Amino acid sequence: MAPVVVLWLAMCLGGTWAVDKGNFKTCDQSAFCKRQRALKPGESPYRALLETMELTNTRLTLQLINDNNKVRLLLELYRLQGNITRVKINELKPLKPRYEVPDVLIREPPTEPLSLLSQDENGVVLSLGAESQRVIVSARPFRLDIMEGREVLMSLNSRGLLAFEHLRMRKDTFSYKVTSTVASVWDYIKRVFTSQADPEAEKKEEADPANQAEAENVDEEKVEDGMWEETFKSHTDSKPNGPSAVSLDFSLPGVEHVYGIPEHADTLRLKTTDNGDPYRLYNLDVFQYELYNPMALYGAVPVMLAHNTQRTTGIFWLNAAETWVDISSNTAGKTVFGKMLDYVQGSSETPQTDVRWISESGIIDVFIMLGPKPKDVFSQYASLTGTQSFPPLTSLGYHQCRWNYNDQEDVKSVDAGFDEHDIPYDFIWLDIEHTDGKRYFTWDTHKFATPKEMLQGLMDKKRKMVAIVDPHIKVDSNYKIHNEIRSRGFYIKNKDGGDYEGWCWPGSAGYPDFTRIDMRDWWASMFAYDQYEGSMENLYTWNDMNEPSVFNGPEVTMHKDAMHGAWEHRDLHNTYGFYVQMATAEGLIKRSGGVERPFVLTRAFFAGSQRYGAVWTGDNAAEWDHLKISIPMCLSLGLVGISFCGADVGGFFKSPSTELLVRWYQTGAYQPFFRAHAHLDTPRREPWLFGPENTALIREAVRQRYTLLPYWYQQFYQAHRTGQPVMRPLWVEYPQDPATFTLDDEFLIGKDLLVHPVTEEGARGVTAYLPGKDEVWFDVHTFQRHNGAQNLYIPVTMSSIPVFQRGGSIIPRKLRVRRSSTCMEHDPYTLFVALNSQRKAEGELYIDDGHTFNYEKEEFIHRRLSFANNILSSLNLAPDAKFTTQSWIERIVILGASKPSKITLKAADGQESQVEFEFDASMSVLTLRKPGMNSGADWTVTLQ
Amino acid sequence: MSCQYHQHLLLPLLLSLLTAGVSSVEVQRPRGVSLSNRQFYEEGKPFTCLDNSATIPFDRVNDDYCDCKDGSDEPGTAACPNGSFYCTNAGFRSSFIPSSRINDGICDCCDTTDEYNSGAACQNTCRELGRKEMESLEKMAEIAKEGYRLKQLLIQEAKRGLEEKKKKLQDIQVTKKDLEDKVEALRTVKETAEQPEKEAKERHLKAWEDQKALIRMEKDMARMAEVFLELDDDGDGFVSVAELLSHSELNPDSDDSFTEAEAQVLLGGVDKVDTVTFEAVWNNIKEKYISEVTTVKTFSRLQEPFSDNDSEQLLQDNCKLYVRESFFTVFDINLEKEISFDFGPNSEFAYLYSQCYELTTSEYIYRLCPFNRVSQKPKYGGSETNLGTWGKWAGPEDNIYSVMKYEHGTGCWQGPNRSTTVKLTCGKETVVTSTSEPSRCEYLMEFISPAICQEPSSLESYFHEHQEL
Repeated sequence: MAPVVVLWLAMCLGGTWAVDKGNFKTCDQSAFCKRQRALKPGESPYRALLETMELTNTRLTLQLINDNNKVRLLLELYRLQGNITRVKINELKPLKPRYEVPDVLIREPPTEPLSLLSQDENGVVLSLGAESQRVIVSARPFRLDIMEGREVLMSLNSRGLLAFEHLRMRKDTFSYKVTSTVASVWDYIKRVFTSQADPEAEKKEEADPANQAEAENVDEEKVEDGMWEETFKSHTDSKPNGPSAVSLDFSLPGVEHVYGIPEHADTLRLKTTDNGDPYRLYNLDVFQYELYNPMALYGAVPVMLAHNTQRTTGIFWLNAAETWVDISSNTAGKTVFGKMLDYVQGSSETPQTDVRWISESGIIDVFIMLGPKPKDVFSQYASLTGTQSFPPLTSLGYHQCRWNYNDQEDVKSVDAGFDEHDIPYDFIWLDIEHTDGKRYFTWDTHKFATPKEMLQGLMDKKRKMVAIVDPHIKVDSNYKIHNEIRSRGFYIKNKDGGDYEGWCWPGSAGYPDFTRIDMRDWWASMFAYDQYEGSMENLYTWNDMNEPSVFNGPEVTMHKDAMHGAWEHRDLHNTYGFYVQMATAEGLIKRSGGVERPFVLTRAFFAGSQRYGAVWTGDNAAEWDHLKISIPMCLSLGLVGISFCGADVGGFFKSPSTELLVRWYQTGAYQPFFRAHAHLDTPRREPWLFGPENTALIREAVRQRYTLLPYWYQQFYQAHRTGQPVMRPLWVEYPQDPATFTLDDEFLIGKDLLVHPVTEEGARGVTAYLPGKDEVWFDVHTFQRHNGAQNLYIPVTMSSIPVFQRGGSIIPRKLRVRRSSTCMEHDPYTLFVALNSQRKAEGELYIDDGHTFNYEKEEFIHRRLSFANNILSSLNLAPDAKFTTQSWIERIVILGASKPSKITLKAADGQESQVEFEFDASMSVLTLRKPGMNSGADWTVTLQ
Repeated sequence: MSCQYHQHLLLPLLLSLLTAGVSSVEVQRPRGVSLSNRQFYEEGKPFTCLDNSATIPFDRVNDDYCDCKDGSDEPGTAACPNGSFYCTNAGFRSSFIPSSRINDGICDCCDTTDEYNSGAACQNTCRELGRKEMESLEKMAEIAKEGYRLKQLLIQEAKRGLEEKKKKLQDIQVTKKDLEDKVEALRTVKETAEQPEKEAKERHLKAWEDQKALIRMEKDMARMAEVFLELDDDGDGFVSVAELLSHSELNPDSDDSFTEAEAQVLLGGVDKVDTVTFEAVWNNIKEKYISEVTTVKTFSRLQEPFSDNDSEQLLQDNCKLYVRESFFTVFDINLEKEISFDFGPNSEFAYLYSQCYELTTSEYIYRLCPFNRVSQKPKYGGSETNLGTWGKWAGPEDNIYSVMKYEHGTGCWQGPNRSTTVKLTCGKETVVTSTSEPSRCEYLMEFISPAICQEPSSLESYFHEHQEL
């Protein structure tokens, strides 16, 4: 690394190992959060003006009035298809338009009819469709209650914390004074001298005398510090629009567990925030982030899930500005004994969780997803923001990354190292040093002089590469990308109208305005093979630093008063990274003429980012706690739609002990995105550098991953089709078992594999909770059978990765591990049939070409495998689909079986044949030798 | 399998290699089985896994299903996760590849036998590879031969040098003893002179002033000694023009670069100066000189004020002697150190001592001074960075002299101290051929020297061992 960079790091990022909290705002240091949090519950000034209610087939509108300042709001209420209620609140007549987040919803959500059930002067009751669900609008103070039968599911503004800072003129400035004193004169002049005065505006004003009258009655609102200008450290945020925050509270009766609102380095179950800062959602490049706190990180998905044994619901707060989320609970702090005492005494109030969302600008636009099951919430959310993109199969393999692989020679020797040590891998990655002076889309002319030669070398081994393309663009008149962006006016502007410039890896850099569709189209076109020199079809992309990271900006990000056309950066900050990845993925699709699926990794994200690729948990550290936190961090992302999640294996900062590295490989092998990465300053840590014993342990972990690729791929296909998460908390599958509600040291892949990785240093054993009182679980390594609903102690050695297959499931694997996933394309399958206590099992087999969009044209094989009454059969789930495979079934392993006398295979053409088998009585494992049928065919296997 | 060839000369063997592809008869055996294992695979007879874990009918050998735990029943298919496939590679070197590479669409064996059913269009490249290998082996043999000859010369030279140095050390130690005696004598004289020192108070004061000047002088002398040692990079007891050039601050005219001519002027017109001549040079450069190390050791022998001229004179003499003495001590130490270095089994690496070898890359000039230090200097200005000082021989047990390790260089930000691994390979010249930084602040240098060359015959046998025809 050049000394310059060292200097930069030292200057910009501080020299200590822990996060420098002083670089980031607390709620108290963020003026709107402080203002909003100071509001007391129970004093709502808002009243619903029922006489303004309009109910059409698709929506209800109603005005709200703030009795303190007489400012009116417009409430819109929609019933959306799939048991979702949308509540939108904006100013009735804002001084100028307020930002409504575009592009995140995949379409205008289809509505369902609302009907009026009853109405009086206190409120109205609307029916939310067939399931006896109603919404009650109370007028004074305004509140909404969503009911099912007699049960309140969720209440809005029940604590009276609805707050909507209306846009206003600045009163303490010269211009305001001029405006207010000369306004009438000006009006007069306008009338006299202009025949083209805006008749619309006048008409409106005249038509609404009430509004004028009210406006005059408005209490002089207190001007507080930070309303019109705010300074943090040396950065001043000019706030030309003044205060504009919005806030609303939600009460969740009967709920003690809430989840989601990533990204935070915290437990899966969200904590109450009464005694500290709220959870913060503001995409930031946090250097050496700290664990178990509510500080903001690289991405933000404003979606929270609430769960109890009866129901799961969700709240999607569609706002892209800086957001804080407060959580409180009436049972928090009560001990188990205290709760029991309440129960025994019968004096207990219902447990309740209260949540409050506060955003700096924009409007209130909230989607209430009413479940009732976890999977319903997932599909409800997917119907709004889309599902996980279906990744190329190869991207589910192992990724080898480092900042940096120094040159082509280095890439070649690392690639050869994998062959020499017989460890499979699919992608090798290049970080920023591969570029010509941090000019993305270019290559260092000395170190990467012939990139195509390098890529061809990888292609010859059916492997791929990812090169980084960050959104900060070096300001350099000799750099084509910069010149084009500048000449097209695509850069984000500073508050004074010039191109915004910040400091990042290349030095002074501009930031393209990815919120513009013309900018995104242009960016996408830069990935064309004739534009991106040295690129080939096996080169994919990594978007880092897209929070955006600005080394010399406030909180290491962009000034909030920077401008995206008419909008302030403040309004849309959290979507910047979302747009960067969107444009990049579009580029990779376009370069192949729409044929190939893209693979793009992003660090920053927002709701909807799942549509564009993978996410990783950013710059973690080589510490055991960081290994542990990778589980809840990825689980939380999965809950809000982003399934393709992983953490840097080994830890980015610092150097892992060999034990930690091995354990991290073992954990990462069972997480969706499996990539090792390391900081420039750390010693090399390719898998073979720690002695043959550890090389073997890492090889084995990676091989386990590759054998399971068919299952992973199938899970991603499901996630893409349905929005169900791939990596799941246990409670998602066992929603009625409270013992699962806080588990975040183990997880499920799909519903059939339970993983409890070893994440403790020097562990001699782990205790895994096996859920489901009717379930049985099979250790995938020993095939030992265990009953569900128990805490199972598992002694472990360095080679142990405790993984269990659910009885009742069938999992396809490819046991012939080769040097990359592409090399395994035609290899045969082994089916692992784990019988449940009813001696039944079900599973699926999904096969397509692994890399194109042709699956959308029904070019795939999708089969249901089921075992019942001693017959295993393969049924076509997609009879219209067309695809052929060379892959065949080489082996069927039935766990929990008894010994048959003979086994008959009946092929599609009716031909019958005997299948040889082996039976291991000690573990009740029946292995069918080489049944040999094609994986896409109909067949049955009968045990007699 | 290979022993019988050991007596052969290299060239005939290589020629036979070339013709092997033509003359050898393909022996019938299951796909992927090596000649040496052929005996275990008998057509038509039950096959016992090589680990004896099972016995299976012969038609299950290479039937694309894994029956043996050790993978030995499927040498020619990818069915076993742990199998290996034998490539005959006629015309080149035979080898084993993991059976997972069979029919994976990638050509691994140069004879293309691993891709018999994948549709991969492989070319038989064995002959070409064999030819190249032969050429390169011939070249290596030639280099090894010449290198080994040079090595013998180095060994002889080293033997002579060692004897000389031992003698020199002896001489120095004698001189040193002599000097020590002189210092002791002077000290006695001084102490005697100090005895009557009960004079008036003002004389004391004046003496105090004088003494301070003396202390300054003494410090200056001491610093001079240190600077000399600092400048004398190669420790040969002389400061040379080149060594002076590394201190650009000494440039007399700050306008342009520090030329050799200017350095020579500073040295009084000669190419190098010894310790005695250096005293004159020191006065010219001491104002400008920037030390490489910041701490300056001081002589703090003098505690009490001196009071008369005699003792002043004595002190001066004493000081000079002291400084000379310390020079000798250093040479003495250097020589002792040099003699004590591990210069290889026959001191063949001794010739590298006090030498430096440079390699210029696009950005930096790298400098390897064996048994001393490795450094890096930006090509276009900037200060030198220490990439490590001599640590140890660090090759594998059977070839410990193949790797040098230099450690404890300049620290990296948030990282380790810089260190350099120097890999030695046999060659006719002594030259640094490449440097890299595979891991942050861990450098790798490739260094060629005849001193590492082995007797050519061992190379030949190496080649034989990798043959199986």
